Amino acid sequence: MSVAYQPGKSRSRFARWFYHREEPLSASLLLLPAVLNTLFFTVFPVLMAVWISLQSWDLLTPPQFVGLKNYTEILFHDAHFRQAVGNTVYFVLGQVPLNVAVSLFLAILLNQKLKGISWFRTAFYTPIVTSTVSVAIVWLWMLNGDFGLINWGLRFMGISRPPNWLVDPFWAKPALILMTVWKNAGYYMVMFLAGLQSIPESLYEAAEVDGARSWRKFWSITFPLISPTTFLVTILLIVDAFQIFDQVYIITKGGPSGSTETIVYYIYNHGFEWFKMGYASAMAWILFVIIFILTLLQFRLQRKWVHYE
Amino acid sequence: MSKGYRVFTLNSSLYVVLGTGALLTITPFLWTVATSFKTPQAVFSIPPSFIPNPIYWKNYSDALVAAPIFRFLWNSFFLASVITLLNLATCSMAAYAFGRLNFRWRDPLFLAFLGTMMIPIHVTLIPNFILMKYLHFYNSYKALIIPASYSVFGTFVLRQYFMTLPRELEEAARVDGCTRIGSFVRIILPLSKPALATLGVLTFKGQWNEFLGPLIMLNDIKLFPIQVGLSFFQGQASTKWGMLMAGTTLAMLPVLLVFFIGQKYFVKSMALTGLGGR
Repeated sequence: MSVAYQPGKSRSRFARWFYHREEPLSASLLLLPAVLNTLFFTVFPVLMAVWISLQSWDLLTPPQFVGLKNYTEILFHDAHFRQAVGNTVYFVLGQVPLNVAVSLFLAILLNQKLKGISWFRTAFYTPIVTSTVSVAIVWLWMLNGDFGLINWGLRFMGISRPPNWLVDPFWAKPALILMTVWKNAGYYMVMFLAGLQSIPESLYEAAEVDGARSWRKFWSITFPLISPTTFLVTILLIVDAFQIFDQVYIITKGGPSGSTETIVYYIYNHGFEWFKMGYASAMAWILFVIIFILTLLQFRLQRKWVHYE
Repeated sequence: MSKGYRVFTLNSSLYVVLGTGALLTITPFLWTVATSFKTPQAVFSIPPSFIPNPIYWKNYSDALVAAPIFRFLWNSFFLASVITLLNLATCSMAAYAFGRLNFRWRDPLFLAFLGTMMIPIHVTLIPNFILMKYLHFYNSYKALIIPASYSVFGTFVLRQYFMTLPRELEEAARVDGCTRIGSFVRIILPLSKPALATLGVLTFKGQWNEFLGPLIMLNDIKLFPIQVGLSFFQGQASTKWGMLMAGTTLAMLPVLLVFFIGQKYFVKSMALTGLGGR
């Protein structure tokens, strides 16, 4: 339907040639940075990561091919790695459900038409904008056993011997989970709010006519209709929780006695503190496979509980 | 109970719950600022007080002596700005090609790009580190800027937006002899300011908060962006809580100020990331 090129009129041979090839030509020009960047900094490194994971390499001496030894070592002989996986799974199982519940709860409260609601909204957004590093330092102080605000509050409420959060191997993980949920709640709340606002008001009105109570309305209308958002939030949270690093690095450095050492922190130590590149790469691939399988599993399971219109 | 009474009690209990939640959320920030103005003795006073007396400014001067925090902030601002601008350029170019041009292999190629989003950063972390050492980019901003100069996510967000713009917009320009690239620059880009702003805010915020990448790639303190610098400063201040909180306050202040001024943009862009994934 284009008028730009009219075959009958006298146009140069170049114009005719260009007319038929303009779109692919422009596309290849426009895609050049994207393709080069992706080839150099994603595709090539991924291939390299496979190769590195089969080597023993400290970057100082030439790499030595060791086959699958790094993988078998990690999977069958590395007790620390097993502990790191256990810790990471603890973080995922502790953080994800709590985070979903808190964010959804806040979103439902904020979805009400009340005066001054935007002030509350701003308050809940604040932790999202600030970096994990800075709020981790803040929480390091909040969680201090003797002078931290949290333990002062617990003592005030009558708990005479509150846990020494970051020194006690049992309490260090819950402490980090608490901090992470506080940090993330607002972000996923925004997603839930968007989901809630797409539920038609008329459904609630109809339910009210039928005499449904708030709890019933939540389980029969809100929960099923918001399930696509819940699904997305859960997937994002799991992927995120599996890669927990910043707060571990700042607050506990993996301690006390390895109780907060996570997989990514362990990879970091192997790669950039001890320069065991092959071992670290193999671990990164194992983490990738774990996350990949879990995500696939979630997509399988979603048929059971996610409702699409 | 009358209906009006019920609504009243419901609303006031809602206010109480929301108020408590909001207060708990911002308490750590208030506590940080309060601690930052306390004398070393007052930091350990029990019960703790939220209003420091006397106000002790020395924490701030000590913090600035221990680490060049303003330098760190400037470094982050520079890095995040450059990377954001590069991303806006490269992502919008790719998004236009994928969203509004026809060429062979377009859809499979786009799918392949989307597929790369599944690869988590820690897989490419080690090879990228080695690559940067090999290219002699290690310990320079090139190692941070060049790999981050394009993102598939940004392409996806902009492509979604470009595809909503009607075809006729460009056809009129083409009748007047405008090339496709010309109409991309003169018509599509100016009409996409909201989407570009959203991507800009997201990219800038993400880069500002980036920690692991610069932690690995940089060695020179003078080059540290604020997150790595703050972690370095944490080592300097160790348990001098007043000073540590003063430095942390300085690090958070610019972001919080920008957030309170440009709140609407933040909220909109955050909601969009959620929708983008749906």
